[in-house]
Formats: sequence, structure tokens, C-alpha cells
Amino acid sequence: MNLPRRIKMEHGAGGSAMQQLLREVVLKRLGGMKAEVPLEELDDAGVYNGVVLSTDSYTVKPIFFPGGDIGRLAVAGTVNDILMIGGGPRALALAMVIEEGLEVEALERVLESVSKTAREAGVQVITGDTKVVERGALDKIVVTTTGIGFRHRLLDHNLRIVRRYREKLEFNWLLDRNLRPGDKIILTGYIGDHAIALLSVREGIGFKTSVESDVAPLNEVVERALEVGGVVAMKDPTRGGLANLLNEWAEKSGFGIKIYEERIPIRDEVRSACEYLGLDPLELGNEGKAVIAVVKEKAEEVLEAIRETKLGRNAEIIGEVVGEHDFVVMETVIGGLRVIPQPIGDPVPRIC
Amino acid sequence: MSNLFELLKQYRDPVLARRLIDRIRALAKRLEERVLIMHVCGTHEWTITHYGIRYVLPENIEVRAGPGCPVCILPAQDIDTVIDLALEERLSVIAYGDVSRARGTMGLSLEDARSLGLDLRIVYSLQDAITIAKRESNKRFLFFGVGFDTTCPSTAYMVLKGPPSNMMFYSCYRYVPPSVGWLLELKDLEIEGFITPGHSGTVTGMEPYKKYFDRNPKPMVFSGFEPIDVLISILMILRQIVKREYKIENEYTRSVRWEGNTIAMSTALRVFKLEEGLWRGIGVIEGSAFEFKEEFSSIDARRIYGLEKPLKEDYMPSGCRCADIIIGKTVPTECPLYMQACTPQRPIGPCMVSVEGTCRIWAEHRVLSQLLRH
Repeated sequence: MNLPRRIKMEHGAGGSAMQQLLREVVLKRLGGMKAEVPLEELDDAGVYNGVVLSTDSYTVKPIFFPGGDIGRLAVAGTVNDILMIGGGPRALALAMVIEEGLEVEALERVLESVSKTAREAGVQVITGDTKVVERGALDKIVVTTTGIGFRHRLLDHNLRIVRRYREKLEFNWLLDRNLRPGDKIILTGYIGDHAIALLSVREGIGFKTSVESDVAPLNEVVERALEVGGVVAMKDPTRGGLANLLNEWAEKSGFGIKIYEERIPIRDEVRSACEYLGLDPLELGNEGKAVIAVVKEKAEEVLEAIRETKLGRNAEIIGEVVGEHDFVVMETVIGGLRVIPQPIGDPVPRIC
Repeated sequence: MSNLFELLKQYRDPVLARRLIDRIRALAKRLEERVLIMHVCGTHEWTITHYGIRYVLPENIEVRAGPGCPVCILPAQDIDTVIDLALEERLSVIAYGDVSRARGTMGLSLEDARSLGLDLRIVYSLQDAITIAKRESNKRFLFFGVGFDTTCPSTAYMVLKGPPSNMMFYSCYRYVPPSVGWLLELKDLEIEGFITPGHSGTVTGMEPYKKYFDRNPKPMVFSGFEPIDVLISILMILRQIVKREYKIENEYTRSVRWEGNTIAMSTALRVFKLEEGLWRGIGVIEGSAFEFKEEFSSIDARRIYGLEKPLKEDYMPSGCRCADIIIGKTVPTECPLYMQACTPQRPIGPCMVSVEGTCRIWAEHRVLSQLLRH
């Protein structure tokens, strides 16, 4: 597949098209730096000199949606990326590019939400930037957050537990490539809520649903999981959803993953909306969920701990890492088997 | 929506599925020989592949896809004809998305012909086509009618209502029952039973299949499209084989009737007559092509421009095994082009073009031969 000479929506949609753009255009020019976790890992965050650094721009449409808004999303998204690699988030920079004409009241609401979510996630906003562009140059507001963190206080404890069950431990952070056959895969709750909540208020599609976005910082879930220990990798299924996440894990680790359709937590409302709109819930983006790979001996214990948290009540062990092949397969509700391919891009654009 | 979903859940019930699979396995043990079951609908292929039904079937039971996709069996010569006609006569072509990507004998699709100046409009429904024709009354439009008995009646209804005067039709509609009759006559492929198509059957009814069944009795079960429907249908077919009592049965009782949708069929047959027609990859099948009756000559592009309908063997790209895949003689993973030169992004053969094509369905599910069975 050759890259077309212009950027298409799918190049920002978190699937194989974006991966290709990153490898062929970005990494060719920006790779090769020396860092503990360098850009080449294409992981949730980078690590330099013990500092975990992550950045993300948010262009969600509409900026206020059931269950959240662009402010909460911008804080939770970056905080979660730092958490997912094994970092403890500390401080954020917040940059806003605002379209001329935006109501000040809307901006105030966004900032209130930033403030509230930052408190919830235990981070401070310590610097920022504000720009205004002429009407039409962008859609209302684009928010960028950059976060720093240090090694999570429970990461080394967690890795000590991993070491009990795994002879050779060649990693120091929770990277995508850490998976090994036998590891269990935990999903911390219902998938698809965020994308369906957003779609339900999109112009031209709008439908009635009680589903709200799951957007939330995952500090508590991560804390409890690391406390038990045995976690080898974590990742949040944002754009491209669970399907994309598992394929990235399989590709970077070189091992296959098997999941069980029956065990994947999906609300009936989300399932029926997907049925109606022709979407695959596995490809839908989430903003308050984590997928956590745990050594099999600790999986049940980690699951119990996660289920005690507010955001992890509906967590399930949805599958495991396997050695017989290197792709992602799912046992269907009827007991059949099918491959879960990497989506080309998220089927719903601009969800984060 | 939620009530409908509750109903759907029953048709995807894991416990029921397991029970059915156990019974299928028990019956299969009593049948020592290999049993080949064929379905003739792209949606069935999707369900079977999507839920991994082949994976749970016993070793000696195989379900293959037959001709179940209108774009796959659309003669390449018709694509050529439409392109040539539209360019020469400066007609704007209205077609469904899948049709526009199917290639003619020189490898040229309607989509490709845009670069030669073809004015191509992609629509999702016939209603959209009428809206376009009415809005742009200074242009002349050619509607490329491709589909089975499920889509043909709505075209007929529109024709009877009176289409816009700047719109004419090129009919490649096909009638499904004779294709099953043709498959029953096939000598070098021993098909033991048919999962007959639920959508098409809803329109045609079961009755038209009787004459083919009487000539070559084989189990036929009209089936719905949820995984439980398909499993029940397979079970029903195996029961008939074990008992050696062949009949036409109906699993899809919530939709299919013996007499079919008589209003839809009689509407179709007021406008069209059934004549011999070419099916790509198969050949000519008697009484399988919906052709305009004489009284509708004024909107029938073939009559207006004196075009011959293709009746000679159709073209397939070199190396492509679509001809065998269409009739279920082989499967996509046996084709040397599958996922090599021929992919959903750059399809070569017709079965990779349409979302109802077997190759496309397998490709999108990344079906790899080693995963088909335990």
C-alpha cells in the first residue's frame, strides 16, 4: 500500500493507516534519539531520564457530549497515557487554539472541567498557551495537553512480583512488547460507550440513548492493579478500540492473543446501536478503560482488586496471550473462531 | 430497537448454539462420508465466517459458498457495454457503490472510467437515483440495475409509477431459483444439501424451487441470517440426509412463505419477463434474467440502442479463480491471487469487489486456511 500524497481522515484514526504514516513519514525523520523509552516504541508515552512525557491534542466533536467534554477528555487522556506505561502523573501543560467567536461561557465550562478532572487525577496545570484563529480555521477549540510524571510508586513493587513468575525480565516499564504466552488479559469495563455517546449527539446521526461517555482518569484502577502486582503491560483502548490495541500488542510482542466474545463487557444499548449503525464495538474508542496484561498466576487477584474500584466494577478477564500464532483471534459466542484484524482507522472520526 | 435486539440475542445464544453443535456432531458421526452443503447468499457467507461456524462443524461436514452475490455474477461484458454506451452517448451512469468497482473485460471499472470522462453517480437507493435525475433534468441518466429478485421488484414498482423522463435502465437483474436448479445438475460437484436464501426466498417464495427439487431431490432449507438460524438449518439438512427423506423445509418461518411475497413478484413480472441470462463464472441459465417487456422499450437501454445481451462465456482475469469460487468448487484461500495481488483495496476478481463476495468476506475476516478447523 503506497501512501497517498495527501493526509486523509484515516491517517489520524489510530489504526493501520496511522501506524503507516508514523513509520513512513514521522519516524524516518524523528527517530533515533536515545531515551529510556524512545519514540520508536510508539507507546503511550516516552521516558527520558526517569521523566515520563506524553502529549495529546483533542479535537472532539461536539466539545460537550453526554458524560463529558473536551476539558475532561484532555486531562484524562494524557493522564491515562502516563499511567499506562507505569508512570505516576504529576503536572500538565495546557495549550488551547480557539476559533474566533467561541462563547466565553463555553471556554469557562471547559476550564472548570479541566480543573475538576485535574484534581481528580492528582495533577496540576502549571503552564499553558492560548491562541485564537479566525472563524472557520478550526472547529471551536483544539486543546493540547502535555503531561509529565515519574516512575509510579508501585511500579517496582509490581515488577518484583512479575519477576517471581518470569525468569528473564528484560523490561523496566510497562511496554506493549512485554507480553508473553500465558499472560491473561483484563479489560476494566464496558467498551464502546464513549464513541456511541458521541455519535448519539452528532448532527445527522443523532439517536436517543442513555449511554454516556466513560471519560475518566484511571489512577485508582492502575493503583490497585500495581499494588497486587504482576502487571506486564497496560494500554487504553482509545481510537481503533480493543481491536486496534490487541493488534498493536500482538505485533510489538510477536505473540498471538485469543479473546472470548462472551466475556467482553458491552452494554446492550451499545450493541444495539452498533447493530443499527453497522459498527463493530471492538473498533470503537474508549476514554476511561484500560486493558491490562497480567502474569497468569496473579490475574484473578488483580481482577478482584480492580473490581473493587469505582471504574473497574465490570472488569473481566477477556483472554490470554498465546504462542501458537501471532495474530488476534476471538472465540465467538457460538464457539467458532475468527481473526480480529487491525482496523484501518476508527470508524467514528473525531472522538478525542 | 431494543425489542428487536432482545429477539436478535436469542438468535446468538451461546447455550443454544452449543446444544445445536452437539446435535450436529452426533448426526455427523452417523454419516461416514463427507457432506458438502452449499448456501447461495453473501449474507449467509458473512454470518458463517463472522461467527466462525466452519470452525465448530465436524470434520466431515463442509459448508461452501455458491453464487450469492449479484456483483460477482454480473457479466464483465455488461460493464464494458455500459461504459462504452455512456461515453459514446454522453449518458450519466447511476450505480451502487459495489457495482462501480467491478472490472470489465479490459480491467476497466466504472470508477476507473471516470478518468475517461464518465459521469458516474454512486447511490445507496433507487430513490436517490430518481432525486438526482429530477434535479438535473438537463442530463440523461442510465441506471445500472444489478441485483437479485430482492432488488428487482422495487425497480419495477418505480417503473410502473413512471420514472423521470431523462432516466433509462440497463437491467442485469437475476432470478435466483434457476441458479439453484443449475447447481443441482452439476456433475463434478456432489452437493448434498442447500441452505437456500432467506432474503431472496422471502420474495420468490419456496414454490419456484419445487420443479428443480422434483428433478433432483436434495435437502433444501430456507434459512435466516443469524448464527442460530444457520446452525438449525445445517441440523435440518443433516437430519434429512440421515433419514434419507429429502424435502424443502423452512427454518426462516419469520420471513419466508411457500408462495413468497406475491405482490413484489407480480410487480416485478408486470415489468420484466424471465429470459435466459449469463452468470459470470457459471454460463447461461434459462429463465434467470429479468428483461424488460416490450411495452417498456422506451426506458430499456438495450432496446433503445440495439444492444445485444452477452450470452457467450465471460472473461476472468488470468490466475483468478473466481469462476470456481462462485460455484463453490473451491475456496478463496486456494486462489493464488487471494490476499497477494487481489485485496479489498485493489480487487482483481469480482468476488473480491462486493461486500457480498466470498473473497471479500474472507479477506475482511483475514481467513487463513489453518484456522478453518481445529
